[in-house]
Amino acid sequence: MERDVAIVGVGQSPFMRKCGISIGELCFLAFKEAKEDINLKNEQIDASIICSATEYDKQRSPAGVVTEYLNLNHRPTFCVESLCSSSSSGLRAAYSLIKSGLHNVVAVIGFQKMSELTSSEAAERMGRSGDVMWESSFGLTMPAVFGMLARAHSATYGTTEEQMAKVRVKNSTYGALNNKAAFRNKVTLEEVMNSRVVVSPLKVLDCCANADGAVVLILASRDIAKRITSKPIWIHGLGASSSPATLARRETYSSIVCTREAAKIAYGMAGIGPEDIDVAEVHDCFTIAEIINYEDLGFAKPGEGVKLLEDRETYLGGKIPVNIDGGLLCKGHPIGATGAGQIRTIVRQLRGECDEMQVKGARIGLVHNMGGPAIYCFVTILGRD
Amino acid sequence: MGFDRFGLKSFVSETKVEDFVTYLQQGKIMTTRCKRCSAITFPPRIDCISCESSEMEWVEIKEAGKLVTFTTLMYGPAGFENQIPYTLGVVQFSQGIKMLGQIDKKIPVEEIRVGMEMKVVPIGLFQNRFTYQFEKA
Repeated sequence: MERDVAIVGVGQSPFMRKCGISIGELCFLAFKEAKEDINLKNEQIDASIICSATEYDKQRSPAGVVTEYLNLNHRPTFCVESLCSSSSSGLRAAYSLIKSGLHNVVAVIGFQKMSELTSSEAAERMGRSGDVMWESSFGLTMPAVFGMLARAHSATYGTTEEQMAKVRVKNSTYGALNNKAAFRNKVTLEEVMNSRVVVSPLKVLDCCANADGAVVLILASRDIAKRITSKPIWIHGLGASSSPATLARRETYSSIVCTREAAKIAYGMAGIGPEDIDVAEVHDCFTIAEIINYEDLGFAKPGEGVKLLEDRETYLGGKIPVNIDGGLLCKGHPIGATGAGQIRTIVRQLRGECDEMQVKGARIGLVHNMGGPAIYCFVTILGRD
Repeated sequence: MGFDRFGLKSFVSETKVEDFVTYLQQGKIMTTRCKRCSAITFPPRIDCISCESSEMEWVEIKEAGKLVTFTTLMYGPAGFENQIPYTLGVVQFSQGIKMLGQIDKKIPVEEIRVGMEMKVVPIGLFQNRFTYQFEKA
């Protein structure tokens, strides 16, 4: 497999409930860190891609002010959006720009300052997450979609609320170690089970929470990557897919078809299978999502995701460690930054920089990132070699 | 007035399938079938998803279906604050059609089960607005 495009720099702001700074300042924290270990001047960044679910921004078309604050003028910039997977869309676009030869170095800048919205503005947007023509008129919300997936998975495979809660317990083990996570408290099964119900059967601690945060990824073509860093991490596979936005038109509710499709494409492009993955980040917006993701990504057979978790195979030291940074559940979920944040974790795992969270000898990693109520899905496979 | 009469809160007013609401007002749940290839979908659409023909006809969904999944919301979005708690579900009908909607609040939540037989019933709301809900078949 040809290695043409590498991730050469990664940086992340802390993920916070309320950052108290401007979006430019927030992005700068991540941008500065992304350039720390590499020999690269701003003038060598040919283009930037700003990733944001812009319905959360006060700034209309945020690419302008963010690029200006980072001193990336007069190079080209544009904004991409696919809700919670905006920065995976950005990575895909950056890969294409480099692979086509149009640019050599591209910065992917994902951010969200969700605290900019008042709670009533947030409630208004919450009511427009689904198909606004046919389904929002019933009061459908994003958590409700995952409540329905949870119920369907239970009805099909007998998954219990306690088993779902175990995902939060696992992820909080690692969130506690992540100094950039918004929620660093280690939680017990009882605490998850006793938290109040939000959308049955899901409780507060089964759900991730909004956050402010920014992540920057710097991508480069083969020759430049080798010149500016001793630890390039190569893009081996990029899979992407979509599912109907209208929930009534989904084939199944106990599995997410766009994940299965995106995974198939990514594994095919990388020339590997799920058994070859050493470490993974999966989109755990809700505990049930992580269990379903195990199955759709091929880490477990359909209905056996819970067993993989209960056998501790997705813990550090298991067969396929997953979300060894706390996941969205503990890091918090600044929509436009989330996918790039997952990529950053895997890049650092493959570089061997994760200290007590390190998966020993990790060579190939996978990132799974979904947008909206599982409308969009991106699966990215990265490798050290 | 057109499609903006659909549901407790509407976001879309203009569509070629606004007759859906007129049928609701007449007490009928209708969707569209392609005259050329017979493809049937819910939601209704004026352009066939399968053969792209725009020759569609309205057909009634009369029979009962089965509840595929459901959830009870303890927090509602803007416009639904006074509705909580409410239960949303997906019901599967024949020919592969599924619909999302609210489940009749008269059914105690603890009695709701995946697989239960449900029918879809048109209902009138305030100010000449219309919707449907799922009731026990």
